[in-house]
Amino acid sequence: MSDWIVIGQIDDIPKLGSRVIATAEGDVAVFRTSDDQVFALLDQCPHKGGPLSQGMVYGHAVACPLHNWSIDLASGEAVAPDEGCTNSYPVKVENGTISIAIPLAKVAAV
Amino acid sequence: MKEKLVVIGNGMAGMRTIEELLKLAPEKYEITVFGDEPHPNYNRIMLSPVLAGEKQFDEIILNEDNWYCENNIVLKSGSRIIEIDRVASVVKTVDRKETRYDRLLIATGSLPFILPVPGHDLEGVIGFRTIEDVDLMLDASKQYKDAVIIGGGLLGLEAASGLLNQNMNVTVIHLPELLMERQLDHEAAKLLQAELESRGVNIITEGDTEALLGDKRVNKLRLKDGREIDADIVVMAVGIRPNITLAREAGLYCDRGIVVNDTLQTYDPAIYAVGECVQHRGNTYGLVAPLFEQARVCANHLAHLGYSRYEGSATATRLKVSGVELFSAGNFTGDDSTESIVLKDASHGIYKKLVLKDNRIEGAVLYGDTVDGAWYYELMREGSDISAHRDQLMFGRTHISDAGHGGQDSAAAMADDAQVCDCNGVCKGDIVNVIRDKGLFTLEEVKKHTKASSSCGGCAGLVEQILAVTAGGEYTAPEKKPLCACTDFTHDEVREAIRAQHLTHREAAMQKMEWRNPDGCPTCRPALNYYMLSTWPEEAIDDPNSRFVNERVHANIQKDRSYTVVPRIWGGVTTPAELRAIADAAEKYAVPMVKITGGQRIDLVGVQKDQLPDIWSDLNDAGMVSGHAYGKALRTVKTCIGAQFCRFGTQDSIGMGIDLEKMTWGSWTPHKFKMAVSACPRNCAEATIKDFGVVGIDGAWELHVGGNGGLKVRVTDLLCRVQTREEVLEYAGAFMQLYREEARYLERTAPWIERVGLPYVKQKIVEDDELRKVLYERFLASQEIAQKDPWAERTPAEQRVEFVPMKNVANG
Repeated sequence: MSDWIVIGQIDDIPKLGSRVIATAEGDVAVFRTSDDQVFALLDQCPHKGGPLSQGMVYGHAVACPLHNWSIDLASGEAVAPDEGCTNSYPVKVENGTISIAIPLAKVAAV
Repeated sequence: MKEKLVVIGNGMAGMRTIEELLKLAPEKYEITVFGDEPHPNYNRIMLSPVLAGEKQFDEIILNEDNWYCENNIVLKSGSRIIEIDRVASVVKTVDRKETRYDRLLIATGSLPFILPVPGHDLEGVIGFRTIEDVDLMLDASKQYKDAVIIGGGLLGLEAASGLLNQNMNVTVIHLPELLMERQLDHEAAKLLQAELESRGVNIITEGDTEALLGDKRVNKLRLKDGREIDADIVVMAVGIRPNITLAREAGLYCDRGIVVNDTLQTYDPAIYAVGECVQHRGNTYGLVAPLFEQARVCANHLAHLGYSRYEGSATATRLKVSGVELFSAGNFTGDDSTESIVLKDASHGIYKKLVLKDNRIEGAVLYGDTVDGAWYYELMREGSDISAHRDQLMFGRTHISDAGHGGQDSAAAMADDAQVCDCNGVCKGDIVNVIRDKGLFTLEEVKKHTKASSSCGGCAGLVEQILAVTAGGEYTAPEKKPLCACTDFTHDEVREAIRAQHLTHREAAMQKMEWRNPDGCPTCRPALNYYMLSTWPEEAIDDPNSRFVNERVHANIQKDRSYTVVPRIWGGVTTPAELRAIADAAEKYAVPMVKITGGQRIDLVGVQKDQLPDIWSDLNDAGMVSGHAYGKALRTVKTCIGAQFCRFGTQDSIGMGIDLEKMTWGSWTPHKFKMAVSACPRNCAEATIKDFGVVGIDGAWELHVGGNGGLKVRVTDLLCRVQTREEVLEYAGAFMQLYREEARYLERTAPWIERVGLPYVKQKIVEDDELRKVLYERFLASQEIAQKDPWAERTPAEQRVEFVPMKNVANG
């Protein structure tokens, strides 16, 4: 099961940028796109585990900084022709406040 | 309601246009395609391998039936259009059914030219154009034994080779003296003829066909000199004619082909035409590369985008006969105004000829070893001045630049498990499979799917060869290479727009240039950011999110997501106090590795991201600044001991190195920029493989440019000699500024100089004193803004958000 956790304000993340939140099972990358949508993915590229939070955000995708795979922000799927998928998490933004739903087991694992 | 687009012709050009159109405007049209042949669209260039038994028909299908379904395209194959009624905007099929169009695309291709000799209508006389022709030839090869091909051009020889594979006796009748006279010079044609003859093809040159003999079916061919040759099947391969009957009858203006403008529009604005049926600026094309360029432009206009233009194509040719490597491009014969470089090695079956004019490649013929064909073609199209490496040009790109693929130079001869791309570990078999499975045609597509040649690019020529062997012969990169998929503008055009229109902001620039994707992509964003910063240093605002992570966080990302920290060590000279501070930092932050770099500095390897600001702050306190070891920027200035201590030293290399580094640090460049200063011609600082190398000699300094010690080793070119320290600084600054202003983003000095030519650089930096001074001043002015230590800027608490998590929820 999971619960909504407030993680900060939308302005904490630069447009076309990303910040991470630390969880028991590793970092989760939270992205803000140019149209002010917010997405959250496990901060690991399905290719070689590169930190997606450090990649370049464009449209609704991010390019991994290690080998330039593109990952779809909504689904976590690698953009064709590459194949692979990383975890994605539900996000909501209300009055500028970002909340994310991470399975509780992960949050409390420590 | 959607507009109706009708396509006449279900061939490569027509369907490529539709594919391009669907990418741009998938919902715009209701599309109906009429095809003469009862098949899905197939790769016509690959008919030769089907004839040779090397491929099956289903392997060369490009668009399966379900592709049409998935894209809601109505396909009417085997349905011939017999009339275009422009007044009513309808097309009519044989059975008088009418289909209305808002826009019409004519892609009727070409027809084989059948010589009007007596007997040309006998059974067994065919062209070589469709899969039916191939089937007829294959059937004939099972029942009969003698085949005659009329025409020793590309198509004829491919047919000959295919029929030979089917165990027929093959004779080629060719009217001119030389085979493939439109592609080959005398030497290459003779080599080719000898090779084909050794395989058993009977070749008659200067053979003029008088008549085909037989009752119902052909059985002999008679030449004008009276010779008669047994012939159970005769293949006419003497050329193609644009298929313009429909268009002409509809009153569209036609010459040899349907005349179109630069937007592929005919004289009727509702009707477009692409492919072999088209005549553009007086030219008709029978190769696939131009058709694809036309398709891209035509789709752009059908999608109502309206900004793309077709300006004609240069073409290159490869022959698809297995085991015969042959490449030809441009003006390969030469004339009084040209000169040629020739290499001939008869026992290895290699012949290469480059035709030069004013130190630029005008044309090339390669026989036996064609791996550098794509490179010569690129130099030719770019109009590169080759004078600086003219003496080595013949030996190919691998010779000039050391990047190797193990001396492998023939794609066809490679085993499937042989590695092609040494950076990404891609084998020939992987590439071949992807090309087949996904129906790829371009180097860019292969790069995307396999990663082959996407890193150092050293194997690009080889990948192009594999592409040629697998997907068809003639494909070469488009004339004009867009910066990325977001735009049709090239690097140079984008930069010129930024300059001319005074663009200083990324979003404005993208809007002005009608970028397809509002955010751009990871290829164009850093390039735009660089072009704006280098063009308008005082006004452009650096966009950190358009920079690669290394330049955003001022450290080099490693595969385990740690970073490296390299402080600047001016000219490679340090002090005990600095060493102590580095050692202290390494211990304090438990840095896993301390390494001496190749650029005479110290690298702290394995630093975690959140440690970066603290470690920088400590190093700043000891007087050190960022070494920009992560950036497309001035890296190091390597020095030897020099005249202060060395018994051979003639100049103060260390002092010069420090001065150069103090002047140039912090400058952003199209790619990384390295320097070195040696104090004597022994050159212990290895200055002749740097972007800018300085070698002290007695009483002067030699300045060298365009070296590279990395993936493609390239020795510098000598720019000039100067006398004084001030001159060295001025030339260095001016050279760097010219490179900053004119090289394309991610182009090192070595390929830049090879592209523009050393004489060009000399003319601007050495011969034009005025310009040199102006460039130097512009460099210094830009340094006023650029020389800020990025570490110091990021150590204050409020600047650290980039480096710490937004929230820690690990403990619930």
